[in-house]
Amino acid sequence: MRKFRGVVPSLALLLALLSAVAGCGVSAEEDDDTLTVLAAASLTESFREIGDRFATANPEVDLRFNFQGSSMLAEQIRQGGAGDVFASANTGMMDKVREAGAVAHGPDTFATNRLTVVTPPDDPAGIDSFADLARPGASAVVCAPQVPCGSAAEGVERNSGVRLRPVSEEDDVKDVLHKVTSGEADAGLVYVTDAVAAGDEVRRVDVPDADQVTNEYPIATLDGGGHQRLAQRFTDFVRGEEGREVLRRHGFGTP
Amino acid sequence: MTGRPFRPVRRRKQSSERVVGVPAPLWLPASCALGLIVLPVLGLFARVDPAGLPALLTSPAALSALELSLRTAVTATLLSVLLGAPLAVVLARARFPGTRLVRGAVLLPLVLPPVVGGLALLYLLGRTGPVGSLLDERFGLTIPYTTTAVVLAQTFVAMPFLVMGLEGALRAAGTEYERIAATLGAGPWLTFRRVTLPMLLPALGSSLVLTFARALGEFGATITFAGSLRGTTRTLPLAVYTEAQADVDAAVAMSLLLVGVALLVILVARPGGVQGRG
Repeated sequence: MRKFRGVVPSLALLLALLSAVAGCGVSAEEDDDTLTVLAAASLTESFREIGDRFATANPEVDLRFNFQGSSMLAEQIRQGGAGDVFASANTGMMDKVREAGAVAHGPDTFATNRLTVVTPPDDPAGIDSFADLARPGASAVVCAPQVPCGSAAEGVERNSGVRLRPVSEEDDVKDVLHKVTSGEADAGLVYVTDAVAAGDEVRRVDVPDADQVTNEYPIATLDGGGHQRLAQRFTDFVRGEEGREVLRRHGFGTP
Repeated sequence: MTGRPFRPVRRRKQSSERVVGVPAPLWLPASCALGLIVLPVLGLFARVDPAGLPALLTSPAALSALELSLRTAVTATLLSVLLGAPLAVVLARARFPGTRLVRGAVLLPLVLPPVVGGLALLYLLGRTGPVGSLLDERFGLTIPYTTTAVVLAQTFVAMPFLVMGLEGALRAAGTEYERIAATLGAGPWLTFRRVTLPMLLPALGSSLVLTFARALGEFGATITFAGSLRGTTRTLPLAVYTEAQADVDAAVAMSLLLVGVALLVILVARPGGVQGRG
């Protein structure tokens, strides 16, 4: 009997592993009324609200969001990640997905976003303009050029002729915001919508219109999700009057 | 990690009858485990575009990240030895109330997600933190966004490996030799130098490898506490993540650099070290 002592636990472990794997398979299986929306991180607050309203109007739909950087989402879609709708923070990432042949309908621009300077409420470095970010002694944090908010920041630098020397280039606009709200940076360059979401935690210094770069947010339904009609209903809702109203309240421009 | 090969208790009794075999049910999960470790790395190689690889491997972004990674990981490992080895000796040999509590605290960075460690460092040593604000006011020193911050973050997550490795070896070795040295008239310092230290050396190899590897791969605490800027704080893992946002081929090439360094450490630097044989 003693020699079976090791067998039972290892069999149990194997069973547990197998059922875990099987469990993953089941949960990934598409339910008929499940709609998966892959959306840029900067859409988190507004899409949650739009989602609540869409759910009220369509109670039979089980809406699921996946909020991440647009670049990461685009790569996941290209690698075959399941999703029914993709809302990107810039056209470049949507182009990647379209080139991969994953777009069913669209893309259509549903929102625009612009950059703004934010500082901690007490403004320790005395930042009054975009050019002040480049002042020696002022620690500025921006997005890395590889992500949409970073390429927009580069555009503002080009338009204004101000060359920034940031202390850090973050991978995510929310990380830039956190560095400012936690007081670890004198200023950061974030989307207007992030500044709106942060409320009193930041002080806004607007970038002049002439220097602005407008980021366009395209939305599209995806091939392979298997819920074309539902997906189309959701994108229509986002681009409709109710969706636009929510987006505007969160600081987006709407076309 | 204890510096001793594992010996089954019943070995002698059974070996007289037959050789100890591996129970058949273990083979399947064992090969699954190996596959889970090896296959993703092979997948990484499969994703490589051979034509563009040399240029991507020697791009300024990749080289600067590699140089920064090696420099900071070596510094963090040295710092871990300088501070962590004495801590290991104290934990293994000193008798004071709360030893258990201290040992638990040393384990904390192993259990905490690195991002939490980074936040903790930020709120202590950042400009608004209790220690950071003091440094800022008195000496005009800011730690976040500097290479020092990278080293601190790496030391925070990696040092426990060194402390646990050395402490385990000391406890396994027991205090017998040290007691004998004491009866022969050696003081604590002489005993430490001539008896304790030589006993530590075999375990030091394996602990060093683990500490360096952990420091080299550090991501979460670094990006949270030190930020990410090429040449200053963007180590290889951070560069891989940033590049993955836009140029997957460049990210894969940088990942290969990391895999290369890791293999070098495991295979060339300390062949027996990882198995704890020294």
